[in-house]
Amino acid sequence: MIEWIHPGLLFVVGALIIPLLKSQWRKIWLLLVPLLAVASVATMSPGDYGSFEFVNVHLLVGKVDKLSLVFAWVFTVMAFIGCLYSLHVRDTPQHVAAFLYVGSALGVVFAGDWFILLVSWEVMAFASAYLIFASHQEQATRAGYRYLLVHVTGGVMLFGGIVLHGIETGSFFFGPLVDEAGKGGGLAFNLILLSFLLNAAVPPLNAWLTDAYPEATVTGAVFLSAFTTKTAVYVLIRTFPGTEILIWLGVIMALYGVIYAVLENDCRRLLAYHIVSQVGYMVVGVGIGTEMALNGSSSHAFAHIIYKGLLFMGAGAVIHMTGCRKLTEMGGLYRSMPWTVFLYMIGAFAISAFPLFSGFVTKSMVIAAAAGDNRAIIVLLLTVASSGTFLHTGLKLPYYMFFGKDCGLRPPEPPLNMLLAMGIAATLCIGIGVFPGLLYNLLPHPVEFIPYTGAHITSSLSILMFTAAGFVLLLRSLDPEKTISLDTDWFYRKGALLFMWFAQKPVTWWEKNLSELSDTVILRMLHGSAKISLRFDISVIDAVVNGVARTALMCGAKVRQLQTGVVSHYAMYMVAGLLVCIALYTFGWLR
Amino acid sequence: MIAKIVHFFGDTKFANWRRRALVIVLVTVVIADFLVERDHGEFFWDDLSGWWAGFGFLSCVVIIVVSKAIGHQGRIMRDEDYYD
Repeated sequence: MIEWIHPGLLFVVGALIIPLLKSQWRKIWLLLVPLLAVASVATMSPGDYGSFEFVNVHLLVGKVDKLSLVFAWVFTVMAFIGCLYSLHVRDTPQHVAAFLYVGSALGVVFAGDWFILLVSWEVMAFASAYLIFASHQEQATRAGYRYLLVHVTGGVMLFGGIVLHGIETGSFFFGPLVDEAGKGGGLAFNLILLSFLLNAAVPPLNAWLTDAYPEATVTGAVFLSAFTTKTAVYVLIRTFPGTEILIWLGVIMALYGVIYAVLENDCRRLLAYHIVSQVGYMVVGVGIGTEMALNGSSSHAFAHIIYKGLLFMGAGAVIHMTGCRKLTEMGGLYRSMPWTVFLYMIGAFAISAFPLFSGFVTKSMVIAAAAGDNRAIIVLLLTVASSGTFLHTGLKLPYYMFFGKDCGLRPPEPPLNMLLAMGIAATLCIGIGVFPGLLYNLLPHPVEFIPYTGAHITSSLSILMFTAAGFVLLLRSLDPEKTISLDTDWFYRKGALLFMWFAQKPVTWWEKNLSELSDTVILRMLHGSAKISLRFDISVIDAVVNGVARTALMCGAKVRQLQTGVVSHYAMYMVAGLLVCIALYTFGWLR
Repeated sequence: MIAKIVHFFGDTKFANWRRRALVIVLVTVVIADFLVERDHGEFFWDDLSGWWAGFGFLSCVVIIVVSKAIGHQGRIMRDEDYYD
């Protein structure tokens, strides 16, 4: 009997079978595999599974504990929702890429050693990149290459860090890189931390996300919004709990996303900036590192995956039906898409942490953990970010996308599968908000936090409703503008232009001049010197060789005349020679 | 039902109703914040009724003003063909 089935393996094998199936069978398969994966997670019990030796390294494919289980739950459930949402898509490679992406993300979640983690990490980068390329538009292709460029760099850093860590410690088991006090250091520590921060989209390493996600296909972006940043949060919880710098990086993230969201005109880029902002809360939780904070990060990742998926599905439905993606081109769509508006707004209330919605019971846990750690400034700054979240995702985006100025478009509701997927996500957003105990039971540490207290409800509603008042008063200054916002991708986008200019201008000029110089001057010099050496060869070297040969012949002729053939002559030569030797010995040597 | 709710938030003929509803909600929330039972918390504002209403409003205004200033004066916002 098989004691454990890796849900990631189900997706990888499932991906290989997708191209063999047609129409209805394919649709059934696309829903069946995620359901089997959910079932596999539901029946899983903590423990170590699938350990083996490979080239003298101990590998562990399945490390199952409460932390990996909570992420596996939400990953498999979101995979089902994403597959249902993309059921109408006929582009086979997109489904294959999405399956491989989910499979490799689950590979990271259950990785017990650094090698399995690294391999899954790399597969995740390439599979997800395909969901961007699949848009088949020039700007998507360019963004896809930039996405890969950044992630391959991150992968190399991770690889370097793992090798150094392995050499330093002699162990490849995937576990904390910090001590009990959250301290750690060294090159391996920093390289691994940097690669994780890159995938978590911590500024200034955030631009790959906001650059590429809005260029992905409508259905691809739903998968993208869920997995890469949240696997990064998962590995951060595993390896860097209590690392102080993460608190401040997280707060910067939370505010950075909010500021950029004010400026943004592209609806999915605005949502992408709010991924950065929301992941900021999770990073703060990891930095605080207490049990409550880590519970907060895990639960917020869980809730975030569902409501952010729902928001991307809502915006994607509008793009799918209208072909428009800029807020300046939309408006008044509520008339023909009320269900889309309704379901989107549930996601918006969830991300804004309204009571009875999922964000309320998870985000507040991170803020309460910061308060419990006596960090007043962090609490205030995260609350500012909360206000910003509702301002953009709950007010600005729906106002300009669905209400506001009528753009004249009357698109129908999206296909049923899209609405159903949104409906399931919306149900979960409310379900978690109303029954937080269901989620709290899955968390890695026991939960003592009570979200529904009178003061918490009134303070949350005060923040949110007075944000709405501010929005109404300052509405005109929030009007979207036909602009793009420069982010840190500027450095490599302009840097690449500079590199191309350098390759095309100075390098090409140098190469051209060098070959001209070689054709005109150097080649002629070489011809001249070859002629001189030929003349030297004939007149000097050949003459010397011939002269030596002639002299040898002449001497040979002379010597030949001394050979008479008479024995007495030879005896006389020998005696004479002997006498000369004796004379030399006597007069020369002895003296 | 759903369409009617969504319609209420979209149609201009309900604009006054929406405004009134918002004012009622704001007033109710502030009153509730004064009536609610409070545990003594870590920070001074935990005992201060109405604090988060003011803080929420101020946050919203600061976010909009500061972000737009960074976008315009900080030359972060550029023409759409900037990279072409």
